Amino acid sequence: MSKSISAPARQQSGGVPAGIGRRMRLRLAHRSFRILCAAAAVLVSGVLLTMLFFMFRTGVLTFQSVSLREFFLSAEWEPENDKYGALVFIAGTFMVTALTLAIAVPISILAALFLAELAPSRLARVIRPILDLLVGIPSVVYGYMGLTLLIPALRTVTGSNLGDGVLAASLVLAIMILPTITRISDDAIRTVPRKYIQGSYALGATRFQTVTGVILPAASRGIVQACILGMARAIGETMAVVMVIGNTPQLADSLLKPTSVLTSNIVMQMPNVPFDSTWNNALYMMGFLLLAISLLMIAVVRLLQKKGEN
Amino acid sequence: MSMSATGMSDRRQVRRKRRSDRMFTALVWAVGIGCTLFTLALIAMILEKGMPGLSWSFIFGLPSEIDAGGGIGPALFNSFYILILSLAISIPLGLAAGIYLAEFAPDNKLIGFVRICVEGLASVPSLIFGLFGIALFVEGMGIGLTILGGAISLALLNLPLLTRVTEEAMRSVPPEYKQGSLALGATHTQTIFKVCLPVALNGIMTGICLTAGRAFGESAVIVLVAGVSTSGIMWDFDPLSPGATLAVHLWYVQSEAIVPDAAEIASKSAAVLLIVVLLINMVLRIPLWLVDRKKQA
Repeated sequence: MSKSISAPARQQSGGVPAGIGRRMRLRLAHRSFRILCAAAAVLVSGVLLTMLFFMFRTGVLTFQSVSLREFFLSAEWEPENDKYGALVFIAGTFMVTALTLAIAVPISILAALFLAELAPSRLARVIRPILDLLVGIPSVVYGYMGLTLLIPALRTVTGSNLGDGVLAASLVLAIMILPTITRISDDAIRTVPRKYIQGSYALGATRFQTVTGVILPAASRGIVQACILGMARAIGETMAVVMVIGNTPQLADSLLKPTSVLTSNIVMQMPNVPFDSTWNNALYMMGFLLLAISLLMIAVVRLLQKKGEN
Repeated sequence: MSMSATGMSDRRQVRRKRRSDRMFTALVWAVGIGCTLFTLALIAMILEKGMPGLSWSFIFGLPSEIDAGGGIGPALFNSFYILILSLAISIPLGLAAGIYLAEFAPDNKLIGFVRICVEGLASVPSLIFGLFGIALFVEGMGIGLTILGGAISLALLNLPLLTRVTEEAMRSVPPEYKQGSLALGATHTQTIFKVCLPVALNGIMTGICLTAGRAFGESAVIVLVAGVSTSGIMWDFDPLSPGATLAVHLWYVQSEAIVPDAAEIASKSAAVLLIVVLLINMVLRIPLWLVDRKKQA
C-alpha cells in the first residue's frame, strides 16, 4: 500500500532503486530488531521457569530417601547420620521474619507519615535520598556491622555471653528493610486524594484523628504491599543473616540462642557438599521452598494491585 | 448547671485530644528525624572505622593468608571485572526485553504471563541464583568456581530489574514525541532509537546505576558460584580463575581468615565497599537530583 503511494515522489527525484532498497533495509532492520527484542523478553521469563523447574526437580529427589514428614516436621538436621529434618530452618526463617516485621513496620509507617504528611516538603526532599542510601549499603556490610557493633552491644545489654541469634538477625534485617517499607508507604500515602484529608480537617478532626481515620485506611493497600515486599527481602536475605545468626542447627527457644535459617544453612553448607547426595538435594529443596514463598508473596502483591485498580 | 457541665467536659475532651495530637506529632517527628540521623551515623561509623588506615598499598596490594599487612587488590579487581562482565551481558538483554514489553508486545494473556515472570524473577532471593549457578556452571559444565560463572549468574540477577526499569522509562515517553516521529515517516525502530531511547535515557541510567550498585555489593551469588578465594595475582583477566569479590573477601576475612590483622582488613574493606557503592549510586543520581530541583523551583 504505502509503496504505491510514495513511489511517484521517489521517481521524481530519480532514486527509485535506492529508495526501494532503503525501504527494504529499514523494514528488515525493524523486523529483525523486533524479533531480537522478543527473544530477549522470552529469555528473561524463561530464566524464572527454568529455575523453578530445576530447583524443584533436584529438590524433589530428597524425598527418595527422606520422608515428607521427616523433612518438614523433624528438627534433627544431622546429614552425617542421614537425618534431614529441616524444621529448625523453616521455623527459624519464620521467627526471624516475624520479629523483623514487628520491629520494622511501626517505625517505617511513622517515618512514611513523616515524609508524606508532616515534614515540610523541602525537608522531605532532602531526607528521601538519605534513606535511599540505606538501600544501597551491601548486605555483607550490614552483617559486618551487626557482628562487630550490635552483638557486643547485645551482650552488654542482656548480660549473656552469646549475642548471636534471632534477635540480632531481626534487628539487622529490620534496618535493611526499613527504607523499602518507608518509601513504598510514603508513595502510597502521597496518593491519598488531598480533598479527603482537607475534608477531615474541615470537620474539626485533629491530625492524629485524620491520620488514623482517613490517611492510613485510604493508603492501607499500598502499605500492605510495602510490608510484603519488605518481608520478601527479609526472607531471602542471606549474607547479613549468616554473620549474626550463629549458624547452629538447633531450635531457638530464646531470642539470644544461636540458630539457623533456610538461607544461612544453604550458603554455609552448599560449598562442602557433593553434588549428587541427598544432603545436596535437601539443600535444593530448601532453596525451592524459598523460591515458592517469594513467588507466593509477589502473587499476593499483584492481587492487591488488581483490587486497587477496580 | 448541666449546660456548663457539658461545656466543661467538652473543653476537657478538646484539651485531651489536643494533647494526644501533640504527642503524636512529636513522635512522628522524632521517628522521621531519628531514622535520618541513624542512617547518616551508620555510614559515618563505617567510614570512620575504615578510612584512617586506607592506603594505596592496601587497595592494590596482594592478600596474605598468614602475615599481617595483606591488601585487597585481586578481590577489588575481581569486583569490577565481574561487575563489568555481568553488565555487558545483562544491559543489552534487559534493554531489549524492556523495549519489547513497552513498544512491541501485544496486550494478551501470554504477554501478561511474561510480565508476571519478570516481576517474579525480580523477587527471587539472590541465593537462588547462586544455587542455579552452581548447578549450571560448577556441576553442569564442570568448570569449577569461576569469574565467568559468577558474572553470568549475577547477570541473570540483574536482568529483571533492568527490564522493568527500561519498560517503565520507555512508557513514560510522551506519546506526542513518538507520533511526531512516526508522522515524519520514520519506522518504529528508528523512532525507538532516535526519539524514545534518548528521552528515556535518564530513567534507564538511574536503573543501571542502582543495579550496578547492588551487583557490586552482592555476595551470596559470588560465594556459591565464584568461590571465596582469588587467584592471588593482580590484573588476572582469565575468566576461569576463582573470583572472590571484595564483598566476599569482607565476609571471608571476618569469619574464617587467620591473619592477625583480620579485624582491620575487614573494617577497611567495608569502607572501600561502601565508598564504591555510594559513588556508583550517586554519580548518576546527582544530575537527576539537580534536574528535579530545577523543576520544583
